[in-house]
Amino acid sequence: MQNLNTEPLYIKRILIALVLIIFGFIFILPLVSIFIDAFSKGIELYVASIIEPDALSAMRLTLLTVVFAVPANLVFGVTAAWAITKFQFKGKNVLISLIDIPFAVSPVIAGLVYVLLFGVGGYFGPWLIMHNINIIFAVPGIILATMFVTFPFVARELIPLMQSQGIQEEEAAICMGASGWQTFWKITLPNIKWGLLYGVILCNARAMGEFGAVSVVSGHIRGMTNTLPLHVEILYNEYQFAASFAVASILVMLAILTLVVKGFIEWKHEQEQQRCGE
Amino acid sequence: MHVVVRNLNKNFGSFQAAKDINFDIQKGKLIGLLGPSGGGKTTILRMLAGLETPSSGDIYFHGKKVNNQAPQERKIGFVFQNYALFRHMTVSQNIAFGLTIQKRSKCYIESKVNQLIDLTGLTGLEKRYPHQLSGGQRQRVAFARALAPEPQLLLLDEPFAAIDAKVRKELRTWLKEMIQRLGVTSIFVTHDQEEAIEIADEIIIINSGQVEQVGTPMEIYKHPKSSFVANFIGESNTIKEISKLQGFEKYQNSGEAMIRPEFIEIFREDEVINRCTSQLGVVSNVVFKGNNWQVEVKVGDLNLVAYRPFEKDELTIGEEVWIYIHQVHFFEQGQSNVIKNRNILKKQYQQAIYSSNNYMFN
Repeated sequence: MQNLNTEPLYIKRILIALVLIIFGFIFILPLVSIFIDAFSKGIELYVASIIEPDALSAMRLTLLTVVFAVPANLVFGVTAAWAITKFQFKGKNVLISLIDIPFAVSPVIAGLVYVLLFGVGGYFGPWLIMHNINIIFAVPGIILATMFVTFPFVARELIPLMQSQGIQEEEAAICMGASGWQTFWKITLPNIKWGLLYGVILCNARAMGEFGAVSVVSGHIRGMTNTLPLHVEILYNEYQFAASFAVASILVMLAILTLVVKGFIEWKHEQEQQRCGE
Repeated sequence: MHVVVRNLNKNFGSFQAAKDINFDIQKGKLIGLLGPSGGGKTTILRMLAGLETPSSGDIYFHGKKVNNQAPQERKIGFVFQNYALFRHMTVSQNIAFGLTIQKRSKCYIESKVNQLIDLTGLTGLEKRYPHQLSGGQRQRVAFARALAPEPQLLLLDEPFAAIDAKVRKELRTWLKEMIQRLGVTSIFVTHDQEEAIEIADEIIIINSGQVEQVGTPMEIYKHPKSSFVANFIGESNTIKEISKLQGFEKYQNSGEAMIRPEFIEIFREDEVINRCTSQLGVVSNVVFKGNNWQVEVKVGDLNLVAYRPFEKDELTIGEEVWIYIHQVHFFEQGQSNVIKNRNILKKQYQQAIYSSNNYMFN
């Protein structure tokens, strides 16, 4: 057999070095600098800027958003993937393309759409004011905008997986008397659990970090409608660099935690496949 | 279960997968749905299972119309072509699935699963996952899983297609024995005529969505109703102009005819009995078939396939031989007529040939 890797050793080394340099400059250096800047004014200030009421409120709001947006998208994603892969209907391909809209549209537009719909001058604005419901510049708007942006993550992860698995196992279960619900819990869900978890983790990471769409609908009211990314921006604009980076470091740590969990799930999934695949 | 199908149709858009299908299946029979791939066999099976809704027509189980019954209520067992075993469950869990759905007692499930594992020869593999099994073993699991809830009707979609040739033969015999022992009415889909002839009590031949013929393998072989069936079941020579052959001169413009290779006898110069009733040809090919020779003889512009018993001398390509045709099938409006050669070769001798030619069904 001919060796396809005929490049000289130096080319290999140059390419690897290039990747490492770019990676270091674009990813590692900024991340490290966040921590350096966060601790630049001492650990006391770092702790103080994190336990400050506005920061804590931003953290609470971010978590609240995640608690609503992720399960909602989980349910939506599973429903959409199920409908697309298990049923035949007209307009299926259109639906598949529509699911990707949040990826294609700028998050700022996503936020603006909600302002146009639910804002004071929007279509539903007068009705909402009459009934004393606040969506824009309030928590519901933030959750809605986050949901919009993180909409495709779970469905995108599940559709190819479920398409490759086909529907025969479900049909087999149905022939043996299982109801649709039983089929879902006993057959479909165990088959997609790793893909589902992976989608949820990606969705979660994005929901925590979303800035653009949330920024438009939030109104930046400190202690009320500020999420963590918005709080970082506000602090930064007020030249409180150390505090800003301290809060940012929290987001970074959450992101790293997500990556660790994601890595663990992938590893666990591989282990299971190996166990079954021997 | 007694199954009746009446005027069953299924359209997928403009494509008609099943056209006016009618058949009756007696309780306890093993039925083969036989036909070329893409002929609508699987669609018919899926309609019986309730996985596909008929465009029109009725299906009766036990005289009761089941068109509007969900698959869950039909009491059927379905063995899929690729088995569709639950990949995250062990062999025992797969077999137990239907019983847990029925909410049977733990005790009952355990004994039933053990019984089926014994029956299907899967002992020792209970804890394995589907990935860890061979094709034949998976097939057995699929079979055991379908049987566990005690279905009234067992449907098998190309049950042997995904298994290599050697194991397939063993499994066929095994499956036939198993179904006979359990007495469950079964329908299997296949495109392999040998498989259908070997294991089915009755064969339903399906071609482009239509039933071509229903009957026992023997009936279908002996009396094919159309040239399609004749070609599909067993070997056959299709002949456009039969009047060119000795003994059939008066059948001019009588349409397409078919001759089975076993009804063509080949003689060497020194073997020929009656030269007046035979015809000269040239051997164009000889294939050793294990227990006989398959010989192709060129007669005029016709190329006829015939068999020659092994105990006779081997023929060589290019050799001149005499052929005698014992009988010919004609097809007219879904009926076949058998025409015997009007020149008799030699009475006693001919009878001996007939009995030896029927060896494959004895």
